[in-house]
Amino acid sequence: MSYVLNTAQDRQEMLQILGLDSIDELFAMIPADVRLGRPLDLPPALGELELTAHLSSLAGKNDSAASKVCFLGGGSYDHFIPAVVDHVASRSEFYTSYTPYQAEVSQGNLQAIFEYQTLITQLTGMEVSNASMYDGASAAAEAVMMALAVSPERRRVVTASSVHPEYREVIETYLAHQEVELVTIPTPDGIASPEDVAAMVDQNTACVLVQQPNFFGCLEEVRRWADIAHDHGSLFVTAVDPISLGLLPRPSTYGADIVVAEGQSLGNPLAYGGPYLGILACREAFMRRLPGRLAGQTVDQRNQRCWTLTLQTREQHIRREKATSNICTNQGLLALRASVCLAALGPRGMRQAAELSVRKASYARDKLAGNSRFTRLFDAPTFKEFVIRDTSGQVDELLAHGLECGYLAGVPLGKWYPDFADCLLVAVTEKRTRAEIDGLVDCFVNSEQRTEVVHA
Amino acid sequence: MRNTRATQLLTELSREGRYNPLLPDCDVPQPPLEELLPREAIAAELLPLPEVAEPDLVRHYTNLSTLNMSVDTHFYPLGSCTMKYNPKRNERLAGLDGFAAVHPYQPEETIQGLLELLYELQEMLAEISGLHAVSLQPAAGAQGELTALLVAAAYFQERGEHRTKVLAPDSAHGTNPASAHMAGFRTVTVKSTPEGLVDRDDLRRHLDDEAAVFMVTNPNTLGLFETEIREIAEEVHGTGGLIYLDGANMNAILGISRPGDFGADMMHFNPHKTFSGPHGGGGPGAGPIAVTRDLAPFLPTPVVAREGDVFRLDEDRPRSIGRVRGFFGNVGVLVRAYCYIRTHGPEGLREVSENAVLNANYLLHRLKEFLPVPQGDCCMHEFVATAKDCKAERGITAMDIAKRLLDYGFHAPTVYFPPIVREAIMVEPTETESRETLDAFAEAIGKIVQEDPELLHAAPHSTPVTRPDDVRAARQPVMRAVAAGENGHEG
Amino acid sequence: MSPEELRYAKTHEWIGVKTDAQGNKVGTVGISAFAVESLTDLVFIELPKAGARVQAGESFGEVESVKAVSDLYSPVNGEIVEVNSELSENLEWLSEDCYGKGWLIKVRLDDEKPLGDLLDFAAYKQQCAEEQA
Repeated sequence: MSYVLNTAQDRQEMLQILGLDSIDELFAMIPADVRLGRPLDLPPALGELELTAHLSSLAGKNDSAASKVCFLGGGSYDHFIPAVVDHVASRSEFYTSYTPYQAEVSQGNLQAIFEYQTLITQLTGMEVSNASMYDGASAAAEAVMMALAVSPERRRVVTASSVHPEYREVIETYLAHQEVELVTIPTPDGIASPEDVAAMVDQNTACVLVQQPNFFGCLEEVRRWADIAHDHGSLFVTAVDPISLGLLPRPSTYGADIVVAEGQSLGNPLAYGGPYLGILACREAFMRRLPGRLAGQTVDQRNQRCWTLTLQTREQHIRREKATSNICTNQGLLALRASVCLAALGPRGMRQAAELSVRKASYARDKLAGNSRFTRLFDAPTFKEFVIRDTSGQVDELLAHGLECGYLAGVPLGKWYPDFADCLLVAVTEKRTRAEIDGLVDCFVNSEQRTEVVHA
Repeated sequence: MRNTRATQLLTELSREGRYNPLLPDCDVPQPPLEELLPREAIAAELLPLPEVAEPDLVRHYTNLSTLNMSVDTHFYPLGSCTMKYNPKRNERLAGLDGFAAVHPYQPEETIQGLLELLYELQEMLAEISGLHAVSLQPAAGAQGELTALLVAAAYFQERGEHRTKVLAPDSAHGTNPASAHMAGFRTVTVKSTPEGLVDRDDLRRHLDDEAAVFMVTNPNTLGLFETEIREIAEEVHGTGGLIYLDGANMNAILGISRPGDFGADMMHFNPHKTFSGPHGGGGPGAGPIAVTRDLAPFLPTPVVAREGDVFRLDEDRPRSIGRVRGFFGNVGVLVRAYCYIRTHGPEGLREVSENAVLNANYLLHRLKEFLPVPQGDCCMHEFVATAKDCKAERGITAMDIAKRLLDYGFHAPTVYFPPIVREAIMVEPTETESRETLDAFAEAIGKIVQEDPELLHAAPHSTPVTRPDDVRAARQPVMRAVAAGENGHEG
Repeated sequence: MSPEELRYAKTHEWIGVKTDAQGNKVGTVGISAFAVESLTDLVFIELPKAGARVQAGESFGEVESVKAVSDLYSPVNGEIVEVNSELSENLEWLSEDCYGKGWLIKVRLDDEKPLGDLLDFAAYKQQCAEEQA
């Protein structure tokens, strides 16, 4: 099966027209000594039924947020995806088209990008959004690169260890050959103290990057951060959770210059981490430094309103090594899903999703912390995630027991924060019910009893 | 049927009070919010998002979709983009909960099926590339390039070699120099010969102990196989450099020739092209890379490892360049690529390339009656024709032909790329098109080049909109809908 | 300024040099009508700030059309004393009057040596004719 339409007879006739005797002659350009000369060593072809059986069996070996109750977060969340999102994204005119190079036959995609850019500016309060990036982590790295391009003479970037560890790793990778100093402020109390931020930001600082809510789910003192950054002429970059903006103030209100976000929670499936949606928006002053595609409004020859890709001279296909980034495309389909999700929820739905998440997370947090085995690690206010410490230090057993009870209970922090090896990051979205939360707490309490028996 | 009234924006469709009751009531205790969050963390107002009811939303986006050409509706011979049919089984299977609803921080023992699939995909891509090890992490071809160049930089650093430049042909994709710059290299352009291949004399002039990597696209962007690739690789290796293969054009050589066998040290795949992931109006793609044994330790973390029957993520890679994105990779795209490779098997993949190359040669043969193809009589999976004579004789440009094709119901080829061909028209038909379609396309071009130039300059005539005013879009940028009363810059 | 009296770089910038009240040589720099025409439909220009240093043959700014970017190269060495800051909002001045209202920067020359490498009007005209062919 190879989805080839030409029949054997077609092929024969086509070869004849080309004056060739065999398909092999088509490849005369390839020297014999670099030809493979044997079949690829791959498993044999599968028909649709066999493939479906095989993939279903592989999929069946995995637990998922559909088979277990998911309290996992850390930058990827089990939020509700309205059916209308799947429906719109399944239109094959969207999902089997490509970058809208020919504007006249791509107005659907171009307007969809323009709608996305509009929705992201409404969400963040920024003036310009690009058409999207790969994911939240690479968007954060691109934002840092953008800030460095805005002030090329400044060679320091300041961030905090409360920013998603993988975002920081990606930034480090992107900066590997840039002769830039990356300063990470420690956050033993869950948030960075403004005094520590002030001590690290100087006239050489291109940007200051904070996550709000941060990786631990805590709220940072972003207004203080912004003032410190701006006092030194540095750009203030924030990485936000889009759902949180249903309730928290928009980054524009506290002085953000560039806003990035992981857009997965806006209607995109968990999919083991990708493809996701990198949101990147900024103040108008930095529009020409934005990486990625941009759709702009204009008119056609009949003076009808229409849309086109614009400011393309920023991009790699024109500016080559001097481009704002090497990025070629956007995450069109995921941006479309985010747009439909935002429009379906609307202002009230976004407030409701944010409020439900906060309420349920704080209920879960307090209920867990009400048990003697667990303590709340940080005092800072939290949004939809929180860190809980297992005073008996049995995080692995706890998670294994949670799994037995049907819960993907939390993300252990030891991998990134050895000091917090006895801690769990727990996320609670609007999808979690009180019964599920109570069930998790019961399960953890039972686990405690079991642990006591083992120790007796 | 297309609804001609359907170009309002969401902001214009919005009416105060419209609301979709999607979420449940709160089932936990509800203290005042001020007890849960500091006062300054609670926004006084709701977000200024549009208020649109679901029926309007569906009509809006459904109507918008009908303004697009797509692979499912039209022949889409966009050179360099491999716009082939996207098998529907892959969509269904990638959507299974065991793949689509898996959280990236689930314990490894709960995702053995997925890790097994990803491990097998690594192995299959290694076999197809003829290289040793694979990273599935990069999110797109361009990120794959960047990742591989960072791998090369780390490799040279470890060897104590200070190599500062990356060489790329003048026919290369713009991502090549942009990626090189991001990886800290400067780019040196290598000329092409009049036949469209790498100018080996010019390459030799730039090969020295500062040259880190030669980035080569093979088959190249003109659709030609670099016949001396083996010798080129030997020369580059002889001066201590590495060969990077831009795998954008792998659709031409699956099972026929392997980059590792012709001297590549690193390459990226574009699974959304070669292995038919839907292009999604611009993305998502993915950009897995394959490298030699020597370069494997530098690959990004994590990679999937196998121990007996157990699969796990190997994150303990001290020589790794680190991460290039969050989480594992574009798994949804990779599952589709896996399905595609398993559907085809070894013979099927070879058949893909054979038919892609047959279709391209057949179309080249039909088209050259009407438009010259400067670089020869045969090609691999794509070829580049030129409208330079049409322009000189009748004032008809590549852009005119591209736009007029839209009236004939075909998506346009890539135009004005590669930059080394004037008035370039780059055509990639792919294997999933029939001879009838290719004939119809060639005949359309035959008619177009005979048409009144004035008619062509104003084309397209039958599309939802005519040519947009790109100058206005760039001079007075309007990047978002501005609500009435807001002080925007709509002019 | 009259195009016949100016000197030209091969990269299509022009310069007209005068002596100011303090006796300094100050050159006004712009781009030629040929350049403006071949760039087509300019949409954006990026110019440096006054006080910046320029070097002969090095880029001091960029001019963009919809699908192309071109560097602007300084024909001389010196310090920028004035920038045509209104130009970016009035790009039509370049097509209407590139030797007058469409000037780009004024440079206080370090030395007059680089002027010797420039073309006079006749030689520049011939270069343009060759490029067009």
